[in-house]
Amino acid sequence: MAIYGLTLLSVCMLLGTLLGDILGKAVNVSANVGGVGFAMLFLILISDYLLENNMLSPKAQDGIKFWSMMYIPVVVAMTARQNVVAAVKGGPMAILAGVLAVAVAFAFVPMISKIGAPGTPLPENDKEKEA
Amino acid sequence: MEMIVAIFTKYGLVMAFLIIGVVMYIAGLISKATNKRIAGSAIAILIGLVLAYVGGVASGEGAGGLSKIPLFSGLGIMGGSMLRDYCIISTAFGARISEIKKAGLAGIISLFVGVIASFVVGVVLAIMFGYSDVVSATTIGAGAVTFIVGPVTGAALGASSDVVALSIAAGVVKSILVMIMTPFVAKSIGLNNPKSAMVYGGLMGTTSGTAAGLAATDARLVPYGAMTATFFTGLGCLMCPSVLFLATKAILG
Repeated sequence: MAIYGLTLLSVCMLLGTLLGDILGKAVNVSANVGGVGFAMLFLILISDYLLENNMLSPKAQDGIKFWSMMYIPVVVAMTARQNVVAAVKGGPMAILAGVLAVAVAFAFVPMISKIGAPGTPLPENDKEKEA
Repeated sequence: MEMIVAIFTKYGLVMAFLIIGVVMYIAGLISKATNKRIAGSAIAILIGLVLAYVGGVASGEGAGGLSKIPLFSGLGIMGGSMLRDYCIISTAFGARISEIKKAGLAGIISLFVGVIASFVVGVVLAIMFGYSDVVSATTIGAGAVTFIVGPVTGAALGASSDVVALSIAAGVVKSILVMIMTPFVAKSIGLNNPKSAMVYGGLMGTTSGTAAGLAATDARLVPYGAMTATFFTGLGCLMCPSVLFLATKAILG
């Protein structure tokens, strides 16, 4: 049943949030420390085990997949309720932060690619195919 | 007219599905017009930000964006932190441990370097522009990681809505730049094999940006880059509100 997938998702989310709150208390900050990340970690570990042992029916998987397909629409709804009016003041900073983050990341690609065995270039395309 | 408004207000969440569906459709059309060079999702998020601006001006208070107008109140439920986190967590489903192992050492290092480097850039800029309190600087730094990690971090730390909006904007700029710039820099950064594509995905992190950018470079590289990129948001959500927040706090005091 699809609801089983949602149940699994709920268990992961609540456990992750709880762990995040406990961690926040432990390090003395009034914040949820990494809760969503922990929940994702739980979901990967538990679903990997369940899938490996054929314990998650396709219907239950569909229940989870539905929410991952809703991810971008929900994010769009989230952006529509932010205080953009106030953020526009800081506009140049947002743009600069985005630009510099990309520039730095590009610079790291050749450096980290050198770690380990070198990759083999894909064979030349017959001619650049358009997607 | 009053009856229609009353129904829309009463069934707010249903109304939100309608609005967002229309926004996604329009974004898809615009994406097609750019030859899919800019992914529909990034355009949809931009439209969302514009709507929030319009709504904020119309309602006269800014905070809450479009959801402050009663007719669009359902957006507040759909885009609230509960459903948002639920969806974000669900995207981790299907990531198999065997696949993570395949990414190898370079892939894993690229993930950590990618998250930390973007975060540091964001934090430094936030401080330079006067957002020097720990929570705001961390949230904006997280936004430079991706437009998801920003709001997740902001919600966890209790950042103000305008700072969250800034962090989303920084992430969207990053995502769009990755889409557009990748084909142009591909050659000079050696982006022609699966391994460098995985490293690239791990460094850039924005899944939509990476997938669209690689598709424009060489479509065969997309699955490799996308694989590491999917772990990037998860790692960012794990590290930004925790280790990186504490590190920022220790440095800023």
